Amino acid sequence: MTRLIPLLIFIALVALLAFGINWNKHHEMFEVPSPLIDKPAPEFTLPLLYEPEKTLARKDLLGQPYILNVFGSWCPTCQDEHPILTRAVKPLGIKLIGLDWRDDPADGKRWLAQFGNPYDAVLTDPDGHAGIDFGVYMAPESFLIDAQGVVRYKRIGMFTPELIASELMPQLKTLGQPVTTK
Amino acid sequence: MSPELGQFSLILALLLAFVQFTLPIYGAWRGNATLIGLARPVVAGQAVFVVLAFALLTYAFVTQDFSVVYVAQNSNLSLPWYYRFPAVWGAHEGSLLLWILILNVWTVAVATFSRRLPDALMARVLGVLGFISFGFLLFTIATSNPFLRHLPALADGNDLNPILQDPGLIMHPPMLYTGYVGFSVAFAFAIAALLGGELDIAWERWARPWTNEAWAFLTLGISLGSWWAYYVLGWGGWWFWDPVENASFMPWLVGTALIHSQAVTEKRGSFRAWTLLLSIFAFSLSLLGTFLVRSGVLTSVHAFASDPKRGTFILMFLGVVVGGSLIIYALRAPKVAGGKAFKFISRETLLLINNLLFACAAAMVLLGTLYPLIGDALGVGRISVGPPYFGFMFVLLMLPAICLIPLGPFFRWAMADWRATFRALRPALIVAIVAAIAAKLMTHDLPLRGVAGVAASLWVGLGIILYALNRWRTAPRGRRFTPEMLGMILAHFGVSIFLAGVLITEATSIERDLRAAPNEVVEIGGLGFRFQGVQRTQGPNYIADEGTIDVLEGDTVLTTMHPQKRAYSSGSAPQTISAIRPGLFSDLYVALGEPLDNGAWSVRIYVKPFVRWIWLGGLCMMFGGFIAASDRRFRVLPARADERAVVPATSVPQAAT
Repeated sequence: MTRLIPLLIFIALVALLAFGINWNKHHEMFEVPSPLIDKPAPEFTLPLLYEPEKTLARKDLLGQPYILNVFGSWCPTCQDEHPILTRAVKPLGIKLIGLDWRDDPADGKRWLAQFGNPYDAVLTDPDGHAGIDFGVYMAPESFLIDAQGVVRYKRIGMFTPELIASELMPQLKTLGQPVTTK
Repeated sequence: MSPELGQFSLILALLLAFVQFTLPIYGAWRGNATLIGLARPVVAGQAVFVVLAFALLTYAFVTQDFSVVYVAQNSNLSLPWYYRFPAVWGAHEGSLLLWILILNVWTVAVATFSRRLPDALMARVLGVLGFISFGFLLFTIATSNPFLRHLPALADGNDLNPILQDPGLIMHPPMLYTGYVGFSVAFAFAIAALLGGELDIAWERWARPWTNEAWAFLTLGISLGSWWAYYVLGWGGWWFWDPVENASFMPWLVGTALIHSQAVTEKRGSFRAWTLLLSIFAFSLSLLGTFLVRSGVLTSVHAFASDPKRGTFILMFLGVVVGGSLIIYALRAPKVAGGKAFKFISRETLLLINNLLFACAAAMVLLGTLYPLIGDALGVGRISVGPPYFGFMFVLLMLPAICLIPLGPFFRWAMADWRATFRALRPALIVAIVAAIAAKLMTHDLPLRGVAGVAASLWVGLGIILYALNRWRTAPRGRRFTPEMLGMILAHFGVSIFLAGVLITEATSIERDLRAAPNEVVEIGGLGFRFQGVQRTQGPNYIADEGTIDVLEGDTVLTTMHPQKRAYSSGSAPQTISAIRPGLFSDLYVALGEPLDNGAWSVRIYVKPFVRWIWLGGLCMMFGGFIAASDRRFRVLPARADERAVVPATSVPQAAT
C-alpha cells in the first residue's frame, strides 16, 4: 500500500493541473475577478497632477460614466498602451481619467509631455493608497465607472483594439453611452 | 526547400523513436537478440535526423529565411549574426527542438559508453529514452512545428526578445536543458531495472556518474540564469522564486538528494526504494517544469506564449510517463529493504535526513509554485505566495542540512563515533562561533543574517577542510584523494562559499535610488559617485542613452562606469543595461533610471559585498560534480567473474558521497 502513495499524490497533482488548463480556457490570463464589480467605487480624494493644490473626489465625477486608467511613468506596458488609449479609447467619447500611480508627479508630467496626454484629468497617487482601495497590484489597469459611481468593468493589463471591440464597447452600450465611431 | 527537409527529418526521427521504444523492449522481454540488437542502430539513426532538423533550423536563422514563421517571429534583419544562433532556442518551438537534440546527445552517449552492460538492460534503457523522445517529437510535430511556412515570405522579421540578446543567455538554456534532460538517464535506468526485475545494484554504480554530470550541468545552468537575472533585469537581485526559476530548481533539489542516495545504494545496498523513487521524481519534475513553462497555467516573467492544446498534450504525456513509472514502481519495487544494517549514529542516518530534507524542500517549492492554482481550485481566488513564504520555509528546511554537512564525511558507514567526530570538528566550531561574535562586535550594524552567514560559512568550509587534512594524514598514499573524494570536498566547499555570498550580500547590500545632476558627487558606502551626464550611442540594432559615472575613492578615480538604456530598432520596450564593476569582495552596480530636468537622471546605485560568491559557490559545486563523475571506479564494471581480481580498488570504505 505504501508503494501506491507516490502514485496517488501524482494523480492529485495531475487533476490539479488539468483543472488549471481548463480554468485557463475559460478565463483570460489577467482576469482576476474584482470584488468591486457592480459595487460602488471606493471613495477617493486625490490631487490633480497639473494643479496639485486642487483635488478631485469620487463625488465630483458622479453624473457621467468614466474610465479610470491606472498608469505610471515607470511602467513599460503603459507606454505600449498609451497610443491605444489615444487612438482607440479617447475617440469613443467617454471621459478618461488617468491615475498616475506610485510615481513621482514630476516623472508623470515628463512622461505625458513626451508621449502626449490623452486624459481629461490626471490624478496622482504617489504612495499608492488609492491603488490599494481599488485593489490595483499592477499597471496598467482600467476601471469603467458609471454615472452612479458603480464599477461596471475592470481590465488588468493593457487594452488592445480587440479587447476594446469585444469587451469595452458592449459595456459602454449597456450604459447607454453614445458610442461615437469614426 | 530546406525547411521542408527539416520537417521530414523530424517525422523520420519520430518513426525511429517509435521503433526504439517498441521493438528492443519487446525483444528484451522475449529474449530476442535480433530485436535487442536493433536498439543502438536506431538510436544513431534518430540522432542523425534530429541533428539534421536542428541544423536546418539554425541555417534558416543564419540566412534569415523569413518565410519560416518561427524565424520571422524571433529575428530580424538587424539582428547581429552572433545572436542568430541563440535565437534558434529563443522561443517555444526552437527550445523544444533543443530539448530533443540534447536528449538525443545523452542517449547516444549512453549507447556508446555502455557496451559493458548486459544487452537486455541496455535495450530497456534505450527503449525508455526512446519513448521520451517519441513524446516530445510528437508534441513538436503536432502542436509546435518550428518549420511552419508563411508564404509569401515576409520582408523583415519581428525581433528576438531584446532581453534575450545577451551573452549570458547564449549558454543558459543549453546548460539548463543538458542538466534536467540528463536526469532522464537515471530515470531510464530505474525504469529498466524495475521492468527487468534486475534490482541488484550492479547498474547503480554505472548510473552514478551520469546523474552527477546532469546535476553539475543543472547547477551551472541555474547559476548562469541567476547571474543573468542579476545584471540584465536591472534590479540587482539574484533569485526571485519565479515559477520558471522554481521549475529548474525543483529537479536540482531532488537531484541533490538523488546523488547522495545513489551513493548509499551503490556502496551499502541500502535506500534502494529511495534511489528508485528519487530517480523517477528528478526527471518527473523536469517534465513538470516543461509543463509549467509551456502550458500557460502559471503567470511568469519568462513563460512562453501559451496554448491550451499544448498544455493538454504535455499533461497527457506527463500522466503517461510519470503515472506509468509510478505504477511500475508500485508493482515491482523491492519488497524487502535490502542492504547492510546501520546504527542510528552513522553516515546512513545523515544521508537519510539529507534525502528527507531535500525532498521536503522540493515539495515545498512545488506547493508554493502551484499555490495560485490551488487557490482557484478551492474557490478562494488566485493568490500567490512570494519570497516571504519561500525564503522562510527554505531556510527552515536547509538549516539542519547545513549544520550536518561537516559531520557527513567524518561519520563512518554503519556505525560512527560521534565523540571522535566532535573532537575532529571542534576547531571549526570554535572558529565559527568566535568569528560570528567578532563580526557582530566589530561591525555595529551587521544584521543577524550576516552573523549567521559568517558562522555557517566557516562551519561548513572549515569542517570540510579539516576533513581533507584528516584524510591526507590517515589514508594510504595514492588513495588519499580519489576524484570521487575530491569532487565531494569541492562541492561541499562550494556550499560554504555560496552561504557566505548569500547571507552577507543580503545583510549588507546598500541600495540607493537617487536623482543625479551632472557633476554632482554622491557618497555611498565610502565611495564617491560623480555623474557626468548621458550621451547617445549607437549599437548594431539599438540606440542607447549611455551614462558616465566616475567612482571616486578620496580624490582618485577608481573606475568609470557606463550604464545604458537601450531602445531596440524593433520598437520593443527599452532595456536597462546596468554597469557593474565586479569585485571578489564587493560589486558596484549602477543602472540608469529616467531622465529628469536639466540633464539630471534618476540613477540606481548598489554596493553588493560578496555577491560574486553566490555564483563562485555554484561553480565549485559544478566542478565538484564533474570531478566526482570522472572517477575511473565508476567505469570498471560491472565486473565479470574473470575481471574481478584485476580491480581491487573498487571498494573504498572511506569514500564519501
